[in-house]
Amino acid sequence: MTTTEAPPEERVFGQRLLRKEDPELLTGEARFVADVDVHGALYIALVRSTLAHARIVSIDVGPALEVPGVTAVFTGADLEQEWAGPLPCAWPVTEDMKAPTHLPLAVGKVCYTGDAVAVVVAESEYQARDGAEAVVVEYEPLPPVVDLGDAVSDRVVIHEDLGTNKSYTWELSPDAEAVDRAFAEATHRVHGHYIQQRLIPAAMEPRGVVVIPQPFGGEYTVISATQIPHILKVMLALTSGISETSIRVIAPAVGGGFGSKLDVYAEELLSLVLARRLKRPIRWIETRSEGTQATIQGRGQIQDIELAADADGRITAIRVKLLADMGAYLQLVTPGVPLLGAFLYAGVYDVPAYSFSCTSVFTNLTPTDAYRGAGRPEATYAIERAIDQLALEVGVDPAEIRRRNYIKPDQFPYNSVAGLVYDSGNYVGSLEKALDLSGYGELRKEQERRREQNDPVQLGIGLSTYMEMCGLAPSRVLASLRYVAGGWEAATVRLLPTGKVQVVTGTSPHGQGHETSWSQIAADRLGVSPDDVEVLHGDTAVSPYGLDSYGSRSLAVGGVAVAIATDRVIEKARQIAAHQLEAAEEDLEFTAGTFRVKGSPEKSMPLGAVAFEAFTAHNLPDGMEPNLEASSHFDPPNFTFPFGTHVCVVEIDTETGGVRLRGYTAVDDCGNQVNPLIVEGQVHGGVVQGVAQALFEEASYDSQGNLLTSTLVDYLVPAASEFPSLTTGTTVTPSPTNLLGVKGVGEAGTIGAAPAVINAVCDALSPYGIHDIDMPATPERVWTAIQEAAR
Amino acid sequence: MELSLTVNGKARTDDVEPRLLLVHYLRDVARLTGTNIGCDTSSCGACTVHMDGEAVKSCTVLAVQADGHEITTIEGLASDGTMHPMQEAFRQNHALQCGYCTPGMVMAATSFLKENPHPTEAEVREGLEGNLCRCTGYHNIVKAILAAAQS
Ligand code: FES
Ligand code: FES
Repeated sequence: MTTTEAPPEERVFGQRLLRKEDPELLTGEARFVADVDVHGALYIALVRSTLAHARIVSIDVGPALEVPGVTAVFTGADLEQEWAGPLPCAWPVTEDMKAPTHLPLAVGKVCYTGDAVAVVVAESEYQARDGAEAVVVEYEPLPPVVDLGDAVSDRVVIHEDLGTNKSYTWELSPDAEAVDRAFAEATHRVHGHYIQQRLIPAAMEPRGVVVIPQPFGGEYTVISATQIPHILKVMLALTSGISETSIRVIAPAVGGGFGSKLDVYAEELLSLVLARRLKRPIRWIETRSEGTQATIQGRGQIQDIELAADADGRITAIRVKLLADMGAYLQLVTPGVPLLGAFLYAGVYDVPAYSFSCTSVFTNLTPTDAYRGAGRPEATYAIERAIDQLALEVGVDPAEIRRRNYIKPDQFPYNSVAGLVYDSGNYVGSLEKALDLSGYGELRKEQERRREQNDPVQLGIGLSTYMEMCGLAPSRVLASLRYVAGGWEAATVRLLPTGKVQVVTGTSPHGQGHETSWSQIAADRLGVSPDDVEVLHGDTAVSPYGLDSYGSRSLAVGGVAVAIATDRVIEKARQIAAHQLEAAEEDLEFTAGTFRVKGSPEKSMPLGAVAFEAFTAHNLPDGMEPNLEASSHFDPPNFTFPFGTHVCVVEIDTETGGVRLRGYTAVDDCGNQVNPLIVEGQVHGGVVQGVAQALFEEASYDSQGNLLTSTLVDYLVPAASEFPSLTTGTTVTPSPTNLLGVKGVGEAGTIGAAPAVINAVCDALSPYGIHDIDMPATPERVWTAIQEAAR
Repeated sequence: MELSLTVNGKARTDDVEPRLLLVHYLRDVARLTGTNIGCDTSSCGACTVHMDGEAVKSCTVLAVQADGHEITTIEGLASDGTMHPMQEAFRQNHALQCGYCTPGMVMAATSFLKENPHPTEAEVREGLEGNLCRCTGYHNIVKAILAAAQS
């Protein structure tokens, strides 16, 4: 595979098309779940535990029932009979994984602050909240488990029936002896101990759900701010006992997710069973300070990584030990998150020996689950921090240590030590471009000057080269990892009588611009204008098959399905055109949306005319069915492996500890780009989210398990003023494993950013002998590190 | 309590609870749902509207405080089916992804440019401090506002 600088030619595919989604979002026309007005709806509010770990002694709902407008209050015990199954976890990563029963309303005991114990139903939102305030819950406090080390010790076992706080231990150790040998023989060894703090996803739209029952028709329409309408539908059926055929899930305009809406939540289930029980529409909209506890959090890992290297700094083995925080319960893919990283700790480097082991534990904190990158940012952080430590140890520049270790462009497809086959890559090309764009050489000189002058403001330059595993996922690989579903994606493409095109996709966008990109994919192949293509999604009645949007999978799986279905439509159209033009199929060429007979271009038929013929069915080949429509259920043969190099430049005021992001260069390679405008947007947003982990954000808890950052005042989602403009560049190394050559870009920025930033911070502080700092590198932390180093 | 005000150029009178927030009045009573709610601590700016031409976070204002005032929401910005130049600049510069912060951003940005018609990039970034976006990394939002200032 070759790497090129620009999209190959002027086609709809690859154009910086403005988004189709924008006008309605820009004018307030778009409907988010909270905008849905349902006549006669009841509102619900949840009573949430104020303690991290406690037995429920009693719940007095009496005072709530006296609040005007409150129509009913239910406790966990009241609703226990409603459930056909507990809240689902779809990823039992080992045969003996321990999973506590997780009900939408806790019964008997609560396991984190925010765990719901009762639900209040009222005629208005304000009244429902007033009612929730009035419910009196008596708790018998139990000692909370907040710390991962404490959790491992089993000093207090949270879920008594499991007998331990350990959920599972999972290992990937293809050749343990080879690893031991490499460490024994190594010239250099480095050890990194990194803490992946918990993060609050904080999509700007809080969660929400509206359920509209049809007491006589029997159907339930569930409108939810979700990334996964299809998975949700199946899970709602399994947990409520309502037939799957009676549930329709709609994801309306969804205001961001980043993994936090890739879940099946208690409120969705409660709304459904209360609609069934009360025969009225039910509505729940999350408040922000509720969501910081009741919506999953990300990360929450303690990592130990060791590198063994030869005298030149070539890595000969990597050993990783992980302790992962599941939180109080297992949500949809909670246990799988560390596994998504497990395969990537060797990163972009040619490493011969590897072993990985992860122990996952329960704590009395909000459940964790997939958050932008899910396992991959953690893995990338560990290897990219550790390789900088190795550069120090060997005494070479961070760019040089990377060059020495990269998998070379001619080694692809590359069989990784963790058992993956990387599709394509050009890591050194990405590095050189990023160094060039960022003016790396000049920056090093400036750094030198400042160091010599003892400038109180020191410059730090940080690199990271990342590679990620996208395009989730080949179904058979998922089977081997014990994930209970597949990884395919569905698409249908149909031509309407007037020649307009409908694309139905199983992906479920929430900001990514699929309507625009999928139009480009179909229009490019059909030779029509993207304006003539309509993309339908996010409604299980419209797109019955789908596995939704997460893990940078939409394009590499769902977009490819659109392309395959489009090609199938063209094949059928070719047969009709050949029939009508009285020519052999192989004598037809299809360009710019028209079939032409080779050699006699006057004999031609535009696609629109073929569509109309297919619709009237007056003159089709014998035995052919009417209409032009085709589907694809694409199961990818492999993952895709996007990559890139980021260069972060920080200025640290050594007197205050303040870290200022001065410049950021991101060179990303996501294979062929359908719409570079959208690619850049994904990179910008991703980078800023990664920087946010490195410098600003942390879900912090006190020793009792109380969340100290439960509002946007305390939890620092950064604003525009914290950032400079970003410099982006791309290389294009197409994936050979799908017909579009695409890889995916949704998480790339986040994966590359955190290590680049912390490498820059440590680089700036290196003259002080400071070579590591925990995230987020707040002014206080940096200042303290400088003071301690001076002692 | 009786509340009389102008919303997007139309006079309205409604009877409202004294504790009703302006944002809930706009969304639930006037049924203008373009104004979004992203927090409960007046931190995010998703709810930004104009009161007498100036940006306010409508979750920090009681509906009754808007009595006698003119409110403009995102729905009132486009005229005759043509988007406002700021909306157009957002579109041209891909300054939105999920679009949830967008109405508030656009309202904040238009009011900001009125006060400071020729801002520097740093001023735009400072000026947006009360508005959070989780998707775009702000890069294209800043670009859009600078572009709108140019035109
Ligand atoms: S809703 Fe967040 S500031 Fe108003
Ligand atoms: S575009 Fe999604 S929050 Fe700004």
